[in-house]
Order: sequence, then C-alpha cells, then structure tokens
Amino acid sequence: MDFHDSPDEAAFRVELRDWLRDNWSEPEPSAGPPEVEFHQEWSRKLHQAGYVGLTWPTEYGGRGLSPTYQAIYYEETARSGAPGHIGVIGLNMAGPTIVAWGTEEQKSRLLPPLLAGDEIWCQGFSEPGSGSDLAGARTRAVLDGDHWVVNGQKVWSSHAHVADWCILVVRTDPDAPKHKGLSYLLVDMHSPGIEVRPLRQLSGGAEFNEIFFTDVRVPAESILGKPGDGWKVAMTTLLHERGTLSFALAAALQRNLDLLVDLAGKPGPDGRVPADDPLVRDAIAREWIELQGLRFTNYRMLSTLLRTGTPGPEGSIGKLVWSEANQRLTKLALSLQGMCGTLTGDDAPLRGFWQYQQLRSRGNTIEAGTSEILRNITAERVLGLPRSR
Amino acid sequence: MDFAFSEEQELLRGSAREFLAERYPLERVGELVDNATGEPGWLAGCWKQLADLGWLDAELDLLDHVVVFEETGYGLLPAPLFGTLGLALPAIEHDTALRDEVAAGDLRLTLAWAETGRSHALRDATASCVSVSEDGAVDGNAVLVPDAAAADAIVVATTGGLRLVRATAGDAVTITPRDTTDHTRRMADVAFTGAPSTPLVDASETPAVLERIERRALVLAAAEAIGVARRAVDVAVQHASTREQFGRPIGSYQAVSHQIVDAYAGMELARSLTYWAAWTVTESHGLSDAACSAAKSSAAEAAVLACERAIQVCGGIGFTWEHVLHRLYKRALWLEAFAGHGREHRARIADAVL
Repeated sequence: MDFHDSPDEAAFRVELRDWLRDNWSEPEPSAGPPEVEFHQEWSRKLHQAGYVGLTWPTEYGGRGLSPTYQAIYYEETARSGAPGHIGVIGLNMAGPTIVAWGTEEQKSRLLPPLLAGDEIWCQGFSEPGSGSDLAGARTRAVLDGDHWVVNGQKVWSSHAHVADWCILVVRTDPDAPKHKGLSYLLVDMHSPGIEVRPLRQLSGGAEFNEIFFTDVRVPAESILGKPGDGWKVAMTTLLHERGTLSFALAAALQRNLDLLVDLAGKPGPDGRVPADDPLVRDAIAREWIELQGLRFTNYRMLSTLLRTGTPGPEGSIGKLVWSEANQRLTKLALSLQGMCGTLTGDDAPLRGFWQYQQLRSRGNTIEAGTSEILRNITAERVLGLPRSR
Repeated sequence: MDFAFSEEQELLRGSAREFLAERYPLERVGELVDNATGEPGWLAGCWKQLADLGWLDAELDLLDHVVVFEETGYGLLPAPLFGTLGLALPAIEHDTALRDEVAAGDLRLTLAWAETGRSHALRDATASCVSVSEDGAVDGNAVLVPDAAAADAIVVATTGGLRLVRATAGDAVTITPRDTTDHTRRMADVAFTGAPSTPLVDASETPAVLERIERRALVLAAAEAIGVARRAVDVAVQHASTREQFGRPIGSYQAVSHQIVDAYAGMELARSLTYWAAWTVTESHGLSDAACSAAKSSAAEAAVLACERAIQVCGGIGFTWEHVLHRLYKRALWLEAFAGHGREHRARIADAVL
C-alpha cells in the first residue's frame, strides 16, 4: 500500500501545477457556471498544453496515460480553482463511447475536434416519459434510404444550446423487446429539424435544454454499433460517466471545502467568526472527513481498476455520496451568511456564489443517475440483493 | 498511488478468516462469553494458536495488524488481542526479550491509562496520578482497563513513565472486573498497591510513546469496526435475501435495501480512511493525527449504523438476545466510546483544518 506519486506522476503533478499557476488566475467568485466563450477558450488552452484526453489512446489524440494521471489532473485543477474542460460530455461520455464502438472514419472525424474543444457534444438520452428508465425511450428513427429519419423529444440535455453533436438514443424497432429495439446515433446538431429550447433551472441559469426532432435526417453511417445495439452502447456511456466522474466530483468538493474553510474564518454579516462556533467546527470537520473518505475510496476503486481492468465495487457509491455531501456542504456554507444568505446577485456576499452553489446542488442527486437508482444498482449489483422491479 | 495489499497480507487475511470461522463461529461466541462468574470466557487455549498463525510476530507491521483486526472484528474474537497488539505494543517495541515472549504466545498484555477524574484520552495519560517509587513500586488506581483479567502483565502509565507490572504480583495488583455491555471485551479496574514493576519508557519519552500508542490504537479500533460493520452488512443482506413477506424477499423492497446500501457506503468510506490512516502512521505523515481521528470516528460510527440497520432489517428476531446482532452492536458501541467519541475527534480535526 503506497500513497506516494511515482516519480513520473510526481513530475507530471509539478509540471501541471506550474502550468496552472502561470496560466490561470483566479477571478472573483461569482454565481453560475463559466461563460461559454471564456470556457471554450480555456479548454483550447488546456488542449494545446497537452492536458486533454490524458487517458485516451495516442492514435486518437490522447496521451495513453493511466487513469492515475487523470486523477492528478482533477486534483490539481481543483486546487487552483480552474474550471474543467467545457466538453465534459464529449470527453467523458461521447468520446469513450466512440473509442469503444466507432468505426475508424467516425473516430478520425469526430475525436480530434472533440479533444481540441472545437466541437461540443450533448447527450440525448432522457425524455419526458423516460428518465431513470432509459430503455423506455420513444424518440423514433426510421430508415429511409441511406438516412435515419428522427422524430421525438429529448430533455435535460446539458449544453445542447451550444452543441455541435449529440449522442442520441432512439427506438429503431418498436416491435422488439424494450431493451433490444434501441439504437445509438451520432447526430449533427446543426441539422434541419432540430430545435433546442433552454430549460430554466431553479438556480437561475439554463444549462440544460429540451431538444425537439422533427423529421431530422441522420446519415445511416452515423450509428454506433448496429441497429438494436443501442442499449449496450448506452451502457458503455453510462459506465464511463460514472467511472471517471468520481475524481472530478471529489476534486470539486475539495474546492468547495477550501472555500468553506475560508468563509468560516472571516467575520460573518453579524460580525461573529463562524469558525469560533464549536457546532460549525464540528460540521466542517464532518465534511472534511467525508471528503477524505471519498478521495481515498476513489483511489481504492482506481487501484482495483489498474490491477484487474475493472473498477472496484466501492466505486458505485462515489457519485451517490458526493451528491449528498455537496448538498450538505453548500447548505452549511450558505448558513454561515445568516439572512444575507437569502440575497442574490452581485450585491450578495461573494456575488451570490454560495447561493448558486446551494441551489444548483439540488440537481446533484438527480443528474447522472438519481440517488434512488444508484442505491438500487449498489443493492443489486454490489450487495447481491434481489431486484426491486 | 496503490491501495493494494501484498500477497502475504492477503494470505494473512484468508487464514485469519478461516481460523476464526472454524474456531469461533459467531453463533457460539455468545454462549462462550455469557457467564457471570468472571471467567475470561475466551478459550484461553487458543492464544498459542494465534501465535502459531503468526499474529504476534514482531515482523508484522501496522498494516498487517489492520488486516488481522478486520477479521477479529468480523468474528468478534473475545481474546485479549486488542490489549496486546492494539494498546501495549509500542511500549515494549524496543525490548527484544518482551517481544519474543509475546511472539511465542507467552505474554498477554494490556494498557492501564485511564483514571477517574481525568481525561481518558490516551495521549493525556502523561498526567497520570499513578505513582512509582524509586525502587519501582507502583501505587494508584486505573479504571476501565480492557482485557485486564486475561492479561499476564499490564503496561501502566505512571508519574515516572510507562512501567510493566506482572499479574503474578499477588495482592499488590487487585483486578476488579466491571460489568460490561459488550461481553466480548471485558474491562476491569486495577488497583496497584506497591506493585513491583520494571521500566519500559522514561518519563521524558512517554508523551511521544503515548501519542504513538494512541495513533495505532485508533487505527486498529477503526479496523475492528470495519470488520464489525461488514459482518452486520453481511447478516442484513443474508436475511433480506431469504426472508419473504407478501410473496417476495424483503430485500426487494427499496425501503429495506436502501438502508443496507447506506450502511455499506458508510463502511466503505471508513475503510478507505482506515487504510490511509495506517499508511500515514507508518510514514509519519503530517496529517497522521487527523487521519487517525477521521478513521476511528467514521469507522466506529459506520459500525454502529450498520448494526442498527441490520437489527432493523432483521425485524423482531434482530432484537433478541439469541441473535448475534446485539453482540456486534455492543462491540460497535464500545469502539465508538473508546479513545474519544466522534465529536472529540472532529474537534481535533477542526483544530487542524480551521
């Protein structure tokens, strides 16, 4: 058992830390996600510096490094406060799925601009009638000559309003059993017939969207796998979403904890310093413990992955635990502002940073797998309990 | 960064699990420890077997002990292993003769550090009121000494450093067993009246040794708690998978399965912290104190939660004396109380972080 970086890992860490120090300057905290243009520019910089696609095969523009380097990347970027790459859906979901299932033409066309941040991806999985129940998807694709014709509606699609491509789960065979009648298409978001409508979140922003497909023509070769493989391909996507995600989440939680400690050490609006209050100290210590537990559980899962090729079972709880921890932590931070916690906008403490974080956190237990579904998955696949449905 | 255990450690784990399952099946531990006569109730004859298994070897390091303690927690081994390896060991580490005695299975130990009216934190035992005269006679009263009745010798914190008192000292050492909720971990008050002792650690070096004792004890208590938690989860899963009501196994109801998942999640986080903490101790890492506090507090709380959830899932029978769960639960409660409750450890962490 060893928690030291290897010499190569240590060198990478130092190089990245130095690069971040030289290239990223911390703006004042503010509410909301980074501005798209700014975020895209930053992503291009990351790519040019060689920090994108660290674990991707070199033949597709990656560096072929072990996942440990990705974990180091997440830790160091969180430490510096820098945002991640704008293309999280591309990098962590669409990209690995294309690497696993794509033809050479698809890979060479789509992967380079994805890594560079020049093309942005969105996900077309959830529908109004099927969220957790992905296999219930009803968006139809019918083969017409050498095109699929797509009709239907997707929902909760982050970045669809700026996306160039969409990984789309469609029903191609309504007569087949539910899980077998699905296909997985790669759809150009600039195609005629696609309409994107932003959905406003309770945190104020509109990061996600509805996508309406009306007779959208998608080239037949824009499919991953064969017709009917949709469920299997989607499972590849979800496996990756829930795998690499844990490190990014723990890093983000570390960042929030650092900011919370900072906040607690300064006088609040009532003049008292929250860190003098034993109850606040106890609550912050709890979050510190939870964060370290998450970090090291991620490493344990990674260790098993590196040794056996499959992530360890304890990895199933990463997103579940993170989401509830982030909700608690952001609420604790906001509570330190007393009544000023109910202000918003530039006039609010820290320009409304914690207000946004706390409200936005209510989505954490819903997106990327609801806590209820994740508990079911752990119960059934890790603990071997009988299926609940 | 690598979380893997070595091949030797995996072998140690496997042989420990087998030995305990065969020699101390959990269903039999209850009848073994439940008696009012004050007998140790722990199959004294098996101590030599633990020595044969290599558990008492000087070559084992803290991480090896973590592996063993996870299994002894899982099996609720009612032997004075906690006292010997979990508490006393750092005080005798420098003494080859004593270490050889321990390794041969000839010396069972424990630590007397708590006194009435003083902090019971291990590292605070430097403020002991137990005195030692120039010719090594120990006088004073220690309370709540785990495994005292089963020990051959007691490491005592005194005003003159750490001393070793042999139990053969007759009337000079009076061991009064206390009635304990956890019958698998007996405690006793120990009165020393001019008890002969041999020196172990000077007064000047005692603070550092007590800190080392505390760190190791927290890690090993955490390891034991992980084992207890895992047993509780296993019992809950087993029951929920087989017990049927309304035509289905009750584990198929999410109100039941989700409780078990939450216990599992808490346990896994605490497990990671325990392994990390053990590593920080062996590396003398700057975060070691915080890591040990995090490990022990989270592991003990995870064990308590897992047992409570398991009792709930098992329903009425989970609440009976005859079922094994209350044994695990009472051990979990002991581990939570040992060397500081969660809030004391969180206060220490807050001091480090804020």
